[in-house]
Amino acid sequence: MIAVRDLTVRFGLGADVVTAVGGIGFDVRAGESFGIVGESGSGKSTVLRALAGLVDDWSGAVSVAGAPLPRRPDRAFRRRVQLVLQDPYASLHPRQTVDRILAEPLAVHGIPDADRRIVDALAAVGLDASFRFRYPHQLSGGQRQRVAVARALLLDPEILLLDEPTSALDVSVQAEVLNLLRKLRRERRMTFVLVSHNLAVVANMCDRVAVMTGGLIVEQLDAPRLAAGTVTHEYTSALLRASAGYDRSHGAHDAAMG
Amino acid sequence: MGGWRAYLTTASPRSRRQAALQRAWLGWLTFRTNPAAMLGLGIVSALVLCAAAAPWLATHSPIEQDLVRRLAPPSAEHWLGTDELGRDIYSRIVYGARITLRIVALVAVIIGPIGLAIGCLAGTLGGAVDAVLMRLTDVFLAFPRLVLALALTAALGPGIENAVIAIGLTGWPPLARLARAETLTIRRSDFIAAARVIGASQLRIVAVHVVPLCLPSVIIRLTLDMAGVILIAAGLGFLGLGATPPSPEWGAMIATGRKFVLDQWWIAAMPGLAICAASLGFNLLGDGLRDVLDPKLR
Repeated sequence: MIAVRDLTVRFGLGADVVTAVGGIGFDVRAGESFGIVGESGSGKSTVLRALAGLVDDWSGAVSVAGAPLPRRPDRAFRRRVQLVLQDPYASLHPRQTVDRILAEPLAVHGIPDADRRIVDALAAVGLDASFRFRYPHQLSGGQRQRVAVARALLLDPEILLLDEPTSALDVSVQAEVLNLLRKLRRERRMTFVLVSHNLAVVANMCDRVAVMTGGLIVEQLDAPRLAAGTVTHEYTSALLRASAGYDRSHGAHDAAMG
Repeated sequence: MGGWRAYLTTASPRSRRQAALQRAWLGWLTFRTNPAAMLGLGIVSALVLCAAAAPWLATHSPIEQDLVRRLAPPSAEHWLGTDELGRDIYSRIVYGARITLRIVALVAVIIGPIGLAIGCLAGTLGGAVDAVLMRLTDVFLAFPRLVLALALTAALGPGIENAVIAIGLTGWPPLARLARAETLTIRRSDFIAAARVIGASQLRIVAVHVVPLCLPSVIIRLTLDMAGVILIAAGLGFLGLGATPPSPEWGAMIATGRKFVLDQWWIAAMPGLAICAASLGFNLLGDGLRDVLDPKLR
């Protein structure tokens, strides 16, 4: 479904150039849920934004849904690939009602029957119709993220890109949103690419995981191996130890690593 | 009583119209708590009322001369006195509100959309478009407002239309700068990225997503600017470059009253007070609108 070869993304000009992604490659099969895990600044979000067509300047060979990733994505591409952003407090327009936000993709693509589709999309993400005419500031973080997911689903994409979909949410709400995403993926047979710094989220949601640091993929492994902790690269094991939290038996060393 | 209040405050509105009305209602509740803003709104409303109902509010004709009663002090017959041609000053001020308001409205209609469009386009598109539009803005910004207005009205001839063109030409650059600055803070935000992912065109992003967020600060700035516009219009009138006699323009009224200012003070003072009140009204209204509209002050 997605094939990435030698993807490189650089920002800035001249002496200030920063290589955010330094030539990575991976494959995502149709219907698979693929995770990219790494710390802040590892380039994982940039990979996702490049796949979503939000990065203007990249090099390499990337094919999405059987076609090369277009430099200037057209509407057909937008309908196949959608993105849910990290922070639902920033990704919804502050002056638009939920109704306006959800009507936008339908209006852009000229999809008829907006009224019914908006109600259906709200129901699909577990929000009842009373939320339809509220403003984002009248919603909780979890409700906002559901609206953002509904917006992406309205175009019925084959591939859903998720950029830290739960990291801005309360712990108690994270599980709800993850369960919702898992259910939607099953029902709609979507391909997921999920980016997170949280190993637990990735292990829980994904079939296969790529570990990124410093703009490079250092290891790719499947979910059972990640769960078992049989990793080969030392960065991955450090990440695993860090995600185990402040376990007393590990002591001060891990606290320094984390 | 209860019906519409419940309609405006229920937590789950049932239509777009209701959601929009609720928003406006909340804004009004905020606005109402600010006495200065309410005073500003009162003054501007009174100005609009004067202009709309001038024939009914005026006690005399604004241009009819009565040389027998020239330079009469304020009295029961002439509330604010008469000028050097015996015209009733109160009636002239009431009719003058029409001229002032027409200038203010025309200037706002010209510079508001131009400033907003240029600023939002420059900020969103960036690059060469931004550079060209902003240098153009700089060129117009470099002209001192009153001097350019003087030069233009001197070249095109006195008259309200030319005064409006002159004020408008120098009025839009600050608005464009403001709109661009607002746009720059918006364009990197996630909801713009989300709109791009959906497939919205650049033009749609500017019109649907960027402009509504820039609009409040532009409206606030525009309202505050109107005070300055009133003063410039009066200044042009004072210099004989604005409205032409015998139309009752406030600045021109002061100019004629200048000759009598020591003995017949009311001829210059009354239109002066009107100018002062009108520009103060727009200033207070603008300040109050900022409290309601500016999301950064919430």
